[in-house]
Parts: sequence; C-alpha cells; structure tokens
Amino acid sequence: MSNPTLVVENLQTHFPTEKGIVKAVDGVSFEVGRGEVLGLVGESGSGKSITGFSILGLVDPPGKVVGGRILFQGRDLVGLPPHEMRKLRGHKIAMIFQDPMMTLNPVLSIGTQMVETVLAHENVSVKEARARARDTLGMVGIPSPEERLSAYPHQFSGGMRQRVAIAIALLHRPDLIIADEPTTALDVTIQSQILAQIQALSRDLGMALVWISHDLGVVAGLAHRIAVMYAGRVVESGPTDHVLDYPVHPYTIGLLQSVAANAPRGAPLRAIPGMAPSPLNRPSGCAFRTRCSFATPICENEPPLDDAGSMAWRCFHPQARRVA
Amino acid sequence: MTVFIIRRLSQSLLVLFLTSIIVFAGIYAIGNPIDILIAGDATPAEREQAIRALGLDRSLIEQYGTFVWNALHGDLGRSFVFNQPSIDLIFNRMPATLELAFVALALSLILGIPLGLWAGLKPGTALDETVMTGSILGFSLPNFWQGMMLIMIFSVWLGWLPSTGRGEVGSVLGIHTSLATWSGLTHLILPAVNLALFNISLVIRLTRSGVRETMPLDFVKFARAKGLSERRIVSVHVLKNILIPIVTVVGVEFGSLVAFAIVTETIFAWPGMGKLLIDSIMRLDRPVVVAYLLVVVTLFIVINFVVDLLYSLLDPRIRLGSAS
Repeated sequence: MSNPTLVVENLQTHFPTEKGIVKAVDGVSFEVGRGEVLGLVGESGSGKSITGFSILGLVDPPGKVVGGRILFQGRDLVGLPPHEMRKLRGHKIAMIFQDPMMTLNPVLSIGTQMVETVLAHENVSVKEARARARDTLGMVGIPSPEERLSAYPHQFSGGMRQRVAIAIALLHRPDLIIADEPTTALDVTIQSQILAQIQALSRDLGMALVWISHDLGVVAGLAHRIAVMYAGRVVESGPTDHVLDYPVHPYTIGLLQSVAANAPRGAPLRAIPGMAPSPLNRPSGCAFRTRCSFATPICENEPPLDDAGSMAWRCFHPQARRVA
Repeated sequence: MTVFIIRRLSQSLLVLFLTSIIVFAGIYAIGNPIDILIAGDATPAEREQAIRALGLDRSLIEQYGTFVWNALHGDLGRSFVFNQPSIDLIFNRMPATLELAFVALALSLILGIPLGLWAGLKPGTALDETVMTGSILGFSLPNFWQGMMLIMIFSVWLGWLPSTGRGEVGSVLGIHTSLATWSGLTHLILPAVNLALFNISLVIRLTRSGVRETMPLDFVKFARAKGLSERRIVSVHVLKNILIPIVTVVGVEFGSLVAFAIVTETIFAWPGMGKLLIDSIMRLDRPVVVAYLLVVVTLFIVINFVVDLLYSLLDPRIRLGSAS
C-alpha cells in the first residue's frame, strides 16, 4: 500500500482506575487503504472497540491515548485539538455503532438527526441538507425515504435503524469508516443484506473500512485483511485467506477451532481453555501464554514482531498449519 | 384522542364531585360559623334569624343538596362574611397568586435547568458540590424560615427590597400585573424567590440526574461521532430527553405553587388566594373555603391535562404509538 488512509502505530490507550492502570489498548498497529476492508477481530475485552473509539478521539474519560500515532491521511490525530477533531468526525471519519436500538436519539426525527449532521460540517441550506439526507437514505435501501425523514427511530425495525445509522455515516462520503460490530445485534438475513451493502458502498465510494467484530464468519466474507487482537495487542495480521487458512499464532488457531462451522459434525467443539486475563493483571511477556498449549519459558519474555511476506505475528512458536 | 379527552373529562367530574363531598363534610365538622359571625350581644331571636338566613338550620344532606343544585347552576354560594359570591372573591384574588406562581415557576426553570446541567456535566467538581449543597438547603430549610431570612437580609439589613404587599399594578396587553411597574417588580421579587426556592432545588436535582443518566448513552456518543458541537449535543440531544421527567414534576409542582402559596403569601402579606383561604378558615366562611378548594382541584386537573399534552409533544413514542 503506497498511501494508506489510516496508519495506526503502537497505539496505547490506558484507563487509570483506583486499582491500577487498565491498559485496554497496549501497542496496536495496523493500516488500511482506500477501498480496503480491515477486519479487527478479538474476544470481548480485547480492546478492539477502544481502538475504534481512540481513532475518533471518543474514548470515555478517564481513558486516554497515552502513546503511539494515529496517522489519518498523513496527519497525526493524537493530540489534535478538540475542535479540529470535531471537524473530522462524521465528516472525514465516520463510525457505525453496535446496537442500532441505542444509537439514534429517540426523541428527534430521522430527518433532524441527518440534517444536523450535514449542517455540522457544511454551510448549506436546510433544504439542501434534507435533500442530501433523503438521497442517502435511498442509497442504503430505505423505501420511500422522503416520508421516512419525518419518522422517529421507534417506528423503524433494528435493521432499518442500522441502515439509517449507516446513511448518517455516509452523508459526507467519509474517507474512513469505523464499524463497531454493526451487524451483531441483527438477524442473520438482515445481517447479510447489510454486509453486502456496506461492501458495495465501500468499494464504490473508495472508502477505507475498519470492521470490528468478534465474528470470524462475518469478517471472512468481508475483509481483505485481518488483524487479530488479544489483551490489547494485535497478535497476528495478514490477508484474510492466509490468516484463516494458515494461522500462525496459537490464539488465532484456537479462535478458528472454536467456530462451530469448522468442526466435524458430532465432534466436541474445541474451546480455548481458561479465560481472557483481567486487564489489571495480565501475564508478563506473551499475554496468551497461560492459555496456550505451546507455551514454554521463553514466552515470559515480550514476543517480538515477526513477519513473513504479508503476514505478521507476535509469537515465539509460530505454527502456520491448516485449520479445518 | 377524542376518547382520551372524554374519558379524562368524566374522570375529572367524578373527582370534583368526590372532593365536594369531602370538603363539605369536613368544613361542616370544624365548627358552627354562627358564633363568629354574629355579635356577642345578639338576642336569641336575632341569632335564630341569622341561622335561618344562612341556611344553617337544615341538615348536612339538605345543605349539600342545595349547594350541588346551585353549583350546577353556576353558583358556588355567597360568602358569609363579605356577602359576595364566593367565586368572585376568589377570582379577584387569583391573578395575584397566579402571577406569583408563574414567576416562581419561571425562576425555578431559568435557574434550575442551567445549574442542573452545569453540575451534571461536571460531576464531582467543586462547582457540582456547591450546587448540590445549595439544593439540599433549598429542599430542607422550612419555607417560612427561608422567607423570614429573605426579609431580614434583603429588607432589614440591606434595605434593597420591600418586604410586604404587592406594590403598584400596571397593565400590559390588558393583563393587570406587577411586572409592569418598577414598584410591583420590587415587591414581587422576594415572595417569588421564597416560593421558588424549593422548586429550583428540585429542578436542579432532576436535571442533574437526568444529565448523568443520559450522557453515557450510545446516542450521545453517536452524536459526538457525527461531529456535532458539544453545545448542540447538550442543548438538543440531552435536554430534550431529560425534559420529560422535568415537565411531569414541574407540572404537578405548579399546582402546589398555586394552592400552597399560603405560607409565602402570609409572610409577605401578598394579597392572593392563599391569604383569602386562611382568613376564611379562621372565620369559618364555609362557602369561600369550599369554592376555593374546588377551584384548586379544577386547576390541578387542568394542569395534569396540559402535562399530558406536553408529553406527547416532547416524546414521539407517546404521540405516535409504538413501532409500526
């Protein structure tokens, strides 16, 4: 990639608490270019959502980005003044949230919520803003968009609400969209419709897309590249086919083996033993070593970043074997 | 909507009917007004005549029956003391009380909402603590004591404001109000503040807890992700959501302001309905007490109706029914 839209380098987002510092994101790096989809995969608590919020500068206090760089079109977003950041949010960088039932304001009409987004970044008339809102609603497949503008969120189903949220994200044709598990809360049929639509839109509009998910199945069909997160770090990244077919990191292997569709019928599902470590009390060195069957004493050291071709990983015992 | 209004009306009539029975029986039980009304040296014949003239010789049921019959013809009885229709007496005093209550209501919203927002947006700061402590004082110090302190500080020590009476009444757009003249305004300030203090505290607390509940919600974060300014998020997205509970409580409280302005009116010698009620109770002027209570009950019914209408204005989920 010659000129990636987004480069995240060694990002660290920490939450000081009474019990100590929670290192929610602790050295995450990845990049994503125009028209490309990056799948950011991991369990709950691995720091993937916080990574997304860090990029938009929306980490809830007392959380704070304490290290690393977030280069968006070559410009470092870390330490950008709030008013500069506000100009980028919703304009050049948009975000879609997980639960469509919660992301729209229940007491404001869809039209109001869309028009205000247009007016926040462009000096156009309300009429023009409304026309743009209507067209964008049509683009994401909402029937009779003109009438729907005056409707309220409770009059839409979950899938329709997520389409509205996507339309809001697309209003300014952003260069980057962060999607935080946007289909998790939806029915499977609606999920696939929305996936297909987002895929087409990101390709047609040339947007970079960071798709945060715990669902490898969804990411497999959508992403060009995958970055697997564990305990605040990216432990493995590479092209989707490569990561799914020849995973290197034992954690990725465990993750793939615990997908029901990958196991032979009737065979017991193979779960990763143990629990994700508490972010307050992570094992030193490789955080996965306490659950890893390949772990040796060397794993108590910090695993360096290794790479081969387009693959990169942090592990002393890289595997590279076919999982199925 | 029509069904709603009809049901509401019949409920209201029932409430009025029941109240009239309770009030009538209650005031009958307090004592015989004849001892207060006629001179001590009146002959038994004069006494007998007065009793008959006022209809006090008949049984309670009979008296009540007459009262209801007259009330249905728009006559709530004549004051024993002033020999005027009691409803006229009340309506003569009502503007002064309504004015006081409206100004108190306005004060509690104008001061309560911004202070509550301010405290709620910066929880735990010195400012928040100060506002909260102040509101506890407003809640817990007895109203009459607050009134006396206000008089002591602003009238006696500082000499800034008059402590009794209503001052000159001017006329704006045909409405007679103290707000039209400087003298009226200065007379209004202390009683209005006294009456408002409790409600200011109440609105502060409601607003603060509303803000604290609403700010962490997803739709606020999504509004930030759209690039909206903090001002718009707070004044539109958050405020419109928290107004619903505030309107409920303030609506009910407005009724209380009107009905129970008695203490304030007594302290500041404000010529309103409350003072009339106290005087009438002291003189056992039954028709005025009954008429007063019926007027207040009607007022509460009207206010509750208005609050219900405001709800549907504020919350589209009520206005438009559940999801289509």
